[in-house]
Amino acid sequence: MRRFALIAVPYLWLLALFLVPFVIVLKISLSDTALAIPPYVPTLDLSEGWDGLRAFFAELDFENFVFLSEDDLYWKAYLSSLRIALVSTILALIVGYPIAYGMSRAPDEWRPTLLMLVILPFWTSFLIRVYAWKAILAQEGFLNQFLMSVGVIADPLTILNTNTAVYIGIVYTYLPFMVLPLYSALERLDGSLLEAAEDLGCSRFSAFWLVTLPLSRPGIIAGSFLVFIPVVGEYVIPALLGGSDTLMIGKVLWDEFFANRDWPVASAVAIILLAILIIPIVLFLRNEEKQREAEG
Amino acid sequence: MRRLSWFNTTSLTFGFAFLYLPMVLLVVYSFNSNKLVTVWAGFSTQWYGELFRNELMLDAAWVTLQVAFLSSTLATVLGTLAALVLVRAGRFPGRTLFGGMAYAPLVMPDVILGLSLFLLFKPVFSQMGIHSIVLAHATFSMCYVAVVVSSRLVTFDRSLEEAALDLGCTPLEAFRLVTLPIIAPALISGWLLSFTLSLDDLVIATFTTGPGATTLPMRIWSAVRLGVSPEINALSSILIGIVTVGVISTSLMSKRAILKRIREENRAEP
Repeated sequence: MRRFALIAVPYLWLLALFLVPFVIVLKISLSDTALAIPPYVPTLDLSEGWDGLRAFFAELDFENFVFLSEDDLYWKAYLSSLRIALVSTILALIVGYPIAYGMSRAPDEWRPTLLMLVILPFWTSFLIRVYAWKAILAQEGFLNQFLMSVGVIADPLTILNTNTAVYIGIVYTYLPFMVLPLYSALERLDGSLLEAAEDLGCSRFSAFWLVTLPLSRPGIIAGSFLVFIPVVGEYVIPALLGGSDTLMIGKVLWDEFFANRDWPVASAVAIILLAILIIPIVLFLRNEEKQREAEG
Repeated sequence: MRRLSWFNTTSLTFGFAFLYLPMVLLVVYSFNSNKLVTVWAGFSTQWYGELFRNELMLDAAWVTLQVAFLSSTLATVLGTLAALVLVRAGRFPGRTLFGGMAYAPLVMPDVILGLSLFLLFKPVFSQMGIHSIVLAHATFSMCYVAVVVSSRLVTFDRSLEEAALDLGCTPLEAFRLVTLPIIAPALISGWLLSFTLSLDDLVIATFTTGPGATTLPMRIWSAVRLGVSPEINALSSILIGIVTVGVISTSLMSKRAILKRIREENRAEP
């Protein structure tokens, strides 16, 4: 009985506030936009019993999805979000791996401090960290001031409000998500394996390639998912650092909802986004489950 | 003692410079007297003064603190229960669904969570506001708490609980007297994590807010969309300062607790 109550409380909470909302999103994505309150039809009227229910389901259709497939703005936004997420995941991996590697090779007494230095930005406001780049990348910003004063460039570069700024912002804010799983994989690595590889004639580089890199795979996988999945639906970074040509689906959804007040189309955008992300999400969850079993 | 190779030294130096330089610049230039943020014109604290006279910002800060306090407390209770279910309950019907629901919000894009919770709350509440933001934040924060607490529970030695039960404790007493004190550090870090997640959230709060419930990130957002502003720099610096002091002092405290435990264990062994 107690066990049942223990399971029921968090279970029902997640059902009511996580799963049911998705069903509602699905339902509204099949409804039509209307000038009414709420701004869509049909609305479910339970007082009419079975007939009302049947009429309700009869009125649901895939019109919004047809609309999305016909307007190439949406296709382009999905593809461009996936591309931006993929490129920034690779960039975060390239930037994050040496940091995690250096941390795992640092003297033992430094490691807690280094770890804290990676975690600290994670606790600092995401919004503020993105905002900080606005002053750096602007036309008269710190980066241009610096490059012009050392004489690398004569005229200021335009970086803010381009995709380059979006990449920089994403890599910067998501870097701790990449570094932490990489570090925990690299830290567990048994140093004697590397010594063995070198004794057996591996160069340091090939020892890294043949031993360290494969053994850090769980960290690479976890870190990549933790960056890739949320970035596909990112809104704040493209809205703050991107330009008019930065097309990301999170921003499209936001504008459909807040600017156009078109709940059915916003819901349809969300449903397709979820359908795209469900594969990486399931892979991520399975990877986590496997890791937990390996540890537990 | 190992020494760092030049490669590792450079990668750490550049890595941490990349992570910290933007924030250092932000803090330094918050003391700039110039209204043009990126052009230094002398030291001044005037933006801090203006910030503390800005009623809108102060109201938003108060709303944010209420939301963060309530939602993180709720999330800690729910997340701990979820962690107990994940680690201890064994198999039950719907176990896979539960595991998925407990971890999926960690990676789910904010816009989807925000939209879905808005559509849920809209017909339920006559008006949205602090209460709906609290429920929304508690829902995604509880997943972070579940992760933190379950990783502590996995390494938990259950024979301690069994000993308490053998010595006549009821299961509830065993939980309160043995389990809870041991997992308490995880609960505290889970609570703190939820608190900062809630302080930080813009997207979900914007979807689930109502009249009179404007949070600090929403105020910051409407200010920074127009460009860089010295007042926002001052506010950011204060927030960065609070987080830095908080993180450093908790890590020092936990370090001291570990040292104390080691000393006590050494004393216990003759």
